[in-house]
Amino acid sequence: MRPFTIHEGVACPLPLTGVDTDQLIPARFMKRSRAEGYGGYLLHDLRFDETGAPRPGFPLDAPQRAGASILVTRRNFGAGSSREAAVYALVDFGVRCVVAPSFGDIFAQNAVNNGLLPARVSEADAERLIAALLAGETRARVDLETCRVALGALDVAFAIDPVWRARLLNGWEDVDLTLSRAAEIAAFVAADRTRRPWAIPQRP
Amino acid sequence: MIAEPRTLFDKVWDAHVVAAREDGLDLIWIDRHFVHEGSFHAFDKLAARGAALARPDLTFGVEDHYVPTRTRALDRIDPAIRRMMEQLRANTQRHGVRLFDIDDPAQGIVHVVGPEQGLTLPGLSIVCGDSHTATHGAFGALAFGIGASDVAHVLETQTLWQKRPKRLRMTIDGALAPGVSAKDVALAVIAALGSDGAAGHAIEFAGSTVRALSMEGRLTLCNLAIEAGARCGMIAPDETTFAFLRGRPCAPRGADFDRACDDWRALAGDDGAVFDREARLDAAAIAPIVTWGVNPEDALPIDATTPDPDRVADPARAAHVRAALDYMGLTPGQRLQDIRIDRVFIGSCTNARIEDLRAAAAVLQGRRAVVPGLVSPGSGAVKRQAEAEGLDRVFRDAGLDWVGAGCSMCVGMNGDLLAPGERCASTTNRNFRGRQGPGSRTHLMSPAMAAAAAVTGRLTDLRALKRERG
Ligand code: SF4
Repeated sequence: MRPFTIHEGVACPLPLTGVDTDQLIPARFMKRSRAEGYGGYLLHDLRFDETGAPRPGFPLDAPQRAGASILVTRRNFGAGSSREAAVYALVDFGVRCVVAPSFGDIFAQNAVNNGLLPARVSEADAERLIAALLAGETRARVDLETCRVALGALDVAFAIDPVWRARLLNGWEDVDLTLSRAAEIAAFVAADRTRRPWAIPQRP
Repeated sequence: MIAEPRTLFDKVWDAHVVAAREDGLDLIWIDRHFVHEGSFHAFDKLAARGAALARPDLTFGVEDHYVPTRTRALDRIDPAIRRMMEQLRANTQRHGVRLFDIDDPAQGIVHVVGPEQGLTLPGLSIVCGDSHTATHGAFGALAFGIGASDVAHVLETQTLWQKRPKRLRMTIDGALAPGVSAKDVALAVIAALGSDGAAGHAIEFAGSTVRALSMEGRLTLCNLAIEAGARCGMIAPDETTFAFLRGRPCAPRGADFDRACDDWRALAGDDGAVFDREARLDAAAIAPIVTWGVNPEDALPIDATTPDPDRVADPARAAHVRAALDYMGLTPGQRLQDIRIDRVFIGSCTNARIEDLRAAAAVLQGRRAVVPGLVSPGSGAVKRQAEAEGLDRVFRDAGLDWVGAGCSMCVGMNGDLLAPGERCASTTNRNFRGRQGPGSRTHLMSPAMAAAAAVTGRLTDLRALKRERG
């Protein structure tokens, strides 16, 4: 996994509450293989109308937001389904960090699993960041070492679970870590068999 | 030294900790892993690593998200949809995993099939690449949804690194008024907590109202815990739980079952166990609820009117209300009961169990639906039971379509979709923009309320409809 330390890039405001996973990627696109790339489906139905034409005024497609890699949005971003495709769409589009007052739990876990930083700020700070972007700011700098987002004259703190922070900073993969615990897993399984004999499913 | 009193959640969690890291991450053993058609990303990751499946005997495949409900003949469906099922068949076969495919009499929605087959038991840890895995918590299991990376991790190791969530007890006491169901309780819980109000928490549902619920009702309640942002929902197992499980195909048998019940009884939280948060609801104050907006927290009693964004103090909330009304084609201050619908859908892992179908059929009995609609039972077993009781006739006689089991119009992946702009009275769990198809408008409600809406063609107070019949 690609480590995340400091990222500087174009920031895009998304002044919406509760951008759910059905918005991030509508279900009909999820049949495709990841190899085809999911970036084109990001927020598809908010960005494009029924004919596939861009909806005028959608922030992500404004010329000054070209190549946006940081999204700033309102509370409960990524609520809903566990579809990791929502994170794939963001990552494949080029997004490296989403700044919001709160995130769907499963979405945030999926984000971290893919090196995407879910940066939690206060609602007041989210509003200030969004206002600055709407007023014309375009670039932001996200520092995971210090847990701060800088944007124009603003410089605000963000929160992230320390475990997630360490994983993102180091680009660790969980599974290698787990496989090194094989002896503990085997010991657990052996003890569990007598402790909870009912836990093994019966064959009908 | 006397052990600290523990909650139900902590007892189940503690029993699954393989290793605890100093930074607070626990390696959790997984007792049951359900995979559906969406699991192909995870199987691809497993293949890319050249890894084997750790425990095929604890992994179960279910075809539900993409299955056609109007035909079971795969050569007659969209090849892209068929391919989703074929991938799951290939992946489960390659790794020796039991698959409930559409030709299996037990097939259905994963969260209906697990309990029905006795695969879901108290005290187990259960994961699935699906957020509504929280449903299984109704049995006192630790059950939660995960994304594809974590699915791949479970496939390879049968474990998961997790941080222990905080505990929230939602106590609901009192008797429910006639016409008020578990779905209304769940929508009231979401409205009370907010759609991210329980983020980072495991909810334990407690109180006399919860104890009085059937397993079906408890499943509905835990199913919707995720819509309040919770990691999972749980209910302490009791005699209702055991009665439901006894004799299920994959549950322990005979004396083993009784011994298991003794262990399961001990899972209930200890007196004095401390929760990080406490919340309460008075059951008597809950009315039949419908959603008006694009998030399950956008919910109100059926006799209310839509909110007016100009009267909402918080600017972000006001913007949300304005955008939601606009998307839904509604105006501020509109009576919910005046909202006309185009279609009804009765189904999904929230409300497609036998009790749900009985409740809907009781309203439709002897009446005609004035709008088209789809009734999709949660599983083959529910379908057979409903047909044995003659419920299918009631639905058909009312003019609704009685189709096969699957996720169907809950998410529309199989092609059961609303047309753009169409408005649906739906027993599902998400009223997100476009959830039931691009431009679709969803109003969430209980099965009886959806049936009432079918009869009148608008959102309807079921209680008034009942009075009318006398
Ligand atoms: S019925 Fe709907 S919510 Fe339930 S598992 Fe299927 S798609 Fe998900």
